[in-house]
Amino acid sequence: MASIPRSSRRPAPPAVRLSLSDPFVRSIVYQILVVGGVALIIWYLVSNTMTNMEARKIASGFDFLNREAGFAISEHSIDYSPADTYFRALVVGVLNTLLIAVLGIVLATILGTVIGIGRLAKNWLIAKVCSVYVEVMRNLPLAVQLFFWYAMIIENLPGPRQAISPLPGVFLSSRGIMVPVPGDDPAYGWMLIACLIGVVATLLISRWARARQAATGQQFPMMRAAAGLILGLPLLAWLAGGAPTTLDWPELRGFNFQGGGSMSPEFAALLLGLVTYTAAFIAEIVRSGILAVSHGQTEAASALGLRRSLNLRLVVLPQALRVIIPPMISQYLNITKNSSLAVLIGYPDIVSIANTALNQTGQAIEGIAIIMLVYLTVSLSIAVFGNWYNKRLALVER
Amino acid sequence: MSDAAATLKSLPPSGGFSGSPFALWAKANLFPNWWSTVVTLVLAYLILKFGFGVLSWAFFNAVWTVENQDTEVCRQLKGVGACWALITEKYRFILFGTYPFQQHWRPTLVIGIFLALYGVSTVRSLWNYRLGVIWVAGLLSIGVLMWGGVFGLSYVEQERWGGLPITLMLATFGIALAFPLGILLALGRRSDMPAIKAICVAYIELIRGVPLISLLFMASVMLPLFLPEGLTIDKLLRAQVAIILFAGAYLAEVIRGGLQAIPKGQYEAADALGLSYWKKTGFIILPQALKIVIPPLVNTFIGMFKDTSLVVIIGIYDLLGAAKISTIEPAWRGFSVEAYVFVSIIYFVFCFAMSKYSQKVEVELSRSHKR
Repeated sequence: MASIPRSSRRPAPPAVRLSLSDPFVRSIVYQILVVGGVALIIWYLVSNTMTNMEARKIASGFDFLNREAGFAISEHSIDYSPADTYFRALVVGVLNTLLIAVLGIVLATILGTVIGIGRLAKNWLIAKVCSVYVEVMRNLPLAVQLFFWYAMIIENLPGPRQAISPLPGVFLSSRGIMVPVPGDDPAYGWMLIACLIGVVATLLISRWARARQAATGQQFPMMRAAAGLILGLPLLAWLAGGAPTTLDWPELRGFNFQGGGSMSPEFAALLLGLVTYTAAFIAEIVRSGILAVSHGQTEAASALGLRRSLNLRLVVLPQALRVIIPPMISQYLNITKNSSLAVLIGYPDIVSIANTALNQTGQAIEGIAIIMLVYLTVSLSIAVFGNWYNKRLALVER
Repeated sequence: MSDAAATLKSLPPSGGFSGSPFALWAKANLFPNWWSTVVTLVLAYLILKFGFGVLSWAFFNAVWTVENQDTEVCRQLKGVGACWALITEKYRFILFGTYPFQQHWRPTLVIGIFLALYGVSTVRSLWNYRLGVIWVAGLLSIGVLMWGGVFGLSYVEQERWGGLPITLMLATFGIALAFPLGILLALGRRSDMPAIKAICVAYIELIRGVPLISLLFMASVMLPLFLPEGLTIDKLLRAQVAIILFAGAYLAEVIRGGLQAIPKGQYEAADALGLSYWKKTGFIILPQALKIVIPPLVNTFIGMFKDTSLVVIIGIYDLLGAAKISTIEPAWRGFSVEAYVFVSIIYFVFCFAMSKYSQKVEVELSRSHKR
């Protein structure tokens, strides 16, 4: 072999044999092929989009955000008028989405927990009612439920003149739900601040109490202290402010209500639909979480002489939460994403406002990108927070 | 409780009804102590009151038919009775959309074929290539029936399709085509190759992070821009693509759960036998992994079935969309609740059947695991 001149032979084999039967080489080749294929597809789509946009004379870029929006938004938590920019309109939409998502999460958690525990009740009737609720709600599309509630409110509730008043000052009509709200008085602002101070103080004291219990074993009546701080401080602030009792009552003037707090039919239907639908899923999570705590744990706790309430708080709940938290987070994500169904019944959430904007400007790509960016940001924040909380609760093993 | 029941049974009847099994059961489950009794009574009162309200709305006070679309009778009821005349008048529109009236037997047959396909799919002994053949034959005949244009059937363009067949098509094709995509994505996410893994993770997380509505909007306004000039695809197909891409990401996560549950020994044993990656995956890993995840898979199917109702926002008249516009004529305005109740029942029947099936399979699987 050595005697034959090199040039007439194939080039010398390299140090590493480049063969497809080598798993390492093969994996590199596959990855290059897949990445190349994906890049090719993306390039193809982008170049098509470019040509199409040029052909249809569609502008690109986010300059439109600074232009005047020119459409009205029925519900806004910050000042907004059609003369404002698209950017401000989108901010209004994001705030509306967040408002419905936060309210939905809180209410669905409460309702879902009650129903989930209800399904485990010893009373047959309670358990049956709760399980029928779960079966019905889980097996109907949310879109149908939203349409149903919306139709119930705007078609089947009476007009403002014949509004149903289940409680004094509360009116149900086809224009939405009206409730009395605290009137304009500085004392109410102080009450809110006092409540916040109470919450912060409670958190600090509970940390101190836990540290003291760990060090000395002495217990601190935390529940009573918390109740005193969170409820008592605002009460004191209210008394100090002269104990005002002014309420802003909704009143029928002409064809509609004036004053008071109001919930539009769209908002009411969306909230009702989201809460009742998601509560069914949360109920199942809570139920399976509680069932996952083995009976021996409860019995051991009783054997130690723990009262039933302490047993639940110190033994069952912490263990059930570990099972409950991860699926619960994905339900919270679902509520946020499902709030986009608002566009079906005309509640101005981010999807419906971005959709209006993209219809007016014709800038579809930017509009869709904004919607996706908003939801990705919210989803990722909830996921990050959830994972952090889950890690805190997770079982610490040796 | 059973002890108490046994004691009570062994005693001679002391009078009253304490001996009857129903009374014993009621005592234990409905009236064990005073507060539970109060709750039971209050709840029973509420259920009876609400139930009677619903019954009288839906049956006793309802109007079933009207002449010449004259809905004045319904309006006189002022909400105390249902106007089922809407359904008796419009049920064909809600079920089949604007499909030519004379040809309604065709979508009816299509619904029948879909139901038969679902039914056949639950038969375990057919879970092999035969099921594939049946499905291909079924879907082909569905295509022929809907479009027509052959065998003497008149041609019906796609714009006129609507109602339940659309819902079933979107759901069935969505799931059937998303399934292979989901498997590939799940395998990719579990892959050792960093680039492939990164692409799969990015895709799955991106899709799962945004609502289906945004994908449907994207399909409806952006997909036409993506395609080369001159090539257009219709709205239904665009919605179908969005649903497939969406369902793929969710199915991938479910299947990944199954892949992770397979013991490592199975992978190693397959490697030791000298099987290639695809043989190992196809013959050893996937059959076991998919079996474990049948219940969550069915739950994803239910979710997808329900989510097809969202196509109404891009103007496709599926079951929900048809119900929504069935009340658009002035004569029928104000009776949407009846239309939604009608389609709710249809959606519920499908979803409830699927969830019962999933529970049944779960029980069977756990039994076979126990040995």
